[in-house]
Amino acid sequence: MTRSRRFKLQLFRITIFIVLGAFFLVPIGAMLEFSTRGNAINAPRNLDAWKNIVQTPDLVSAITASLELAVITCLAMLVLLLPTMVWVRLRFPQLNRAIEFICLIPLTVPAIALVVGMVPIYRWININLSDSILTLAFAYLILVLPYSYRALDAGLSAIDLKTLSEAARSLGARWGTVMLRVVVPNMSSAILNASLISVALVLGEFTFANLLAYENLQVAINYVSLVDAGTSIAVAVAALLFAFALLMILSFVGRPPVPVAKAEDADFELGKTVSLSGGLVGRAR
Amino acid sequence: MTAPLPDTTYVSGRGSGSTAIAAAGRPIAGSRRLSLTWVGLVPFFIYTGLFLFLPTLIIVVGSLTTKDGAFTTANFSGIAQSYLVKAFGASITISAASAAIGAIGGALLAYAVATGNPRGILRRTVTSASGVFAQFGGVTLAFAFIATVGYTGVVYLFLKDHGLDFYPKGVWLYDLPGLILIYTYFQIPLMLIVFLPALDGIRPQWREATESLGGGTWHYWRYVAGPLLAPSFLGCTLLLFANSFSAYATAAALITQGGVIVPLQIANLLTSETGRAAPGLAKSLALAMIVVVLVVTTLYTLLQRRTSQWVR
Repeated sequence: MTRSRRFKLQLFRITIFIVLGAFFLVPIGAMLEFSTRGNAINAPRNLDAWKNIVQTPDLVSAITASLELAVITCLAMLVLLLPTMVWVRLRFPQLNRAIEFICLIPLTVPAIALVVGMVPIYRWININLSDSILTLAFAYLILVLPYSYRALDAGLSAIDLKTLSEAARSLGARWGTVMLRVVVPNMSSAILNASLISVALVLGEFTFANLLAYENLQVAINYVSLVDAGTSIAVAVAALLFAFALLMILSFVGRPPVPVAKAEDADFELGKTVSLSGGLVGRAR
Repeated sequence: MTAPLPDTTYVSGRGSGSTAIAAAGRPIAGSRRLSLTWVGLVPFFIYTGLFLFLPTLIIVVGSLTTKDGAFTTANFSGIAQSYLVKAFGASITISAASAAIGAIGGALLAYAVATGNPRGILRRTVTSASGVFAQFGGVTLAFAFIATVGYTGVVYLFLKDHGLDFYPKGVWLYDLPGLILIYTYFQIPLMLIVFLPALDGIRPQWREATESLGGGTWHYWRYVAGPLLAPSFLGCTLLLFANSFSAYATAAALITQGGVIVPLQIANLLTSETGRAAPGLAKSLALAMIVVVLVVTTLYTLLQRRTSQWVR
């Protein structure tokens, strides 16, 4: 590579990083700036908007509801998906592709389209089961299915599931013990990944909640913005930073030492996931 | 680890162990025992049946029936109403524009990353951050841009004080150009994620080969790297198109009145009186969206398959 070409390349790289870096970081800085503005033109900066978060009952209940939903969705995802995936690998390997296909469907059906079909179902649930916001977990589980499937799939591919479970079974373990004391400890990082991405997705969810008329965190932020822009932006920043922290942990999460079976590919690549706003199949396998 | 276990049937094996376990679940030849292994799959299929396939079925059936349940195609001719055609046009325009900008921006960023140290901190930071930003959307993203380039946004006020008013004819942030600008925020990182593997597959030797044959930079891009990367680039652009085509939350937070794009029209139909009067229309719109996204995604998969022939 000639010297002038190397120089041009470096110049190009630096320009790209500065321009795009500004494009991505300035809006987040601007939100912080906006949320600390005083109430008048020349008023000094203050944290009133941040203090207002806890003094707005709607926000507090919405934050609680969203956190509860995140936990429920996460647990339900693990309870439903993990045993099914393990069982399919052990007993119905021919169904593996089918399960993968089903789990990835929500990526190709836009949330805004899926919610149209959910409305009648939720009308039935409201009348016959419960009108609690926590019923949203049913819908959210569908939403997180593709992402958690991929995370768990990576974890399961990295361990020798058949040998491990047979060893445990031949030593007299019941299936519950196999799951909890053999499978789960061997793929803890994949489970952590699947859980983190589920929590991040649920905390950022707006479409289902808004159109099924439930007030979760994002819907509440949207309502509050009509009254008090500063406070709503303060909550938005707080939620955003929380989700960023989760996702950053996810992408930097170290590979834990796993003595029994190797779990080298177990860490979940963010590269395989796609946007919250109704994304699609990430990268081709 | 403990000392190796004595050689009993427990350890010897894979073979004996697996047949023993398999036999426990499977019907033994000749016996009339029924297999119950499938029971383990029932919860998954019941759940996805109720919350994934049933909604899809509701959409398909609902779009083809009248309110009383008779077969009709009127819901689809309903899409031909001028305001819905306009919404589809706007949706396609926004998706195409934000996909094109996102694809070019993301490809440039990917090139800047790919030409750097493959194990460097910069690359790791950019790819991780892209993973995070590609997930970013909805209400918060809309707010971020309102706080930045909105009428009281910090960048707008700063530039206005310095003599540059980019809203000479009124605020365009809450209209199509604004949506395009905001969508690029999650399109560029998505492009980086999906396009970087293809760029990484380009080998420096190919450039050296071009040079040793007397070709310059132009020849290299025109005849070597360009044709190789084109299918992947096109495929990724399609993915970006589908991504913004199905986005709803950001637009909903930004645009409170009216239905500029299809997702907003669907939302209006779901929540308004007119929508309840014609429930089939929302379903046919939803079905139309699914079909568009499905077609675009299939094309993306086909193009990616072509790329995967030479990457790695």
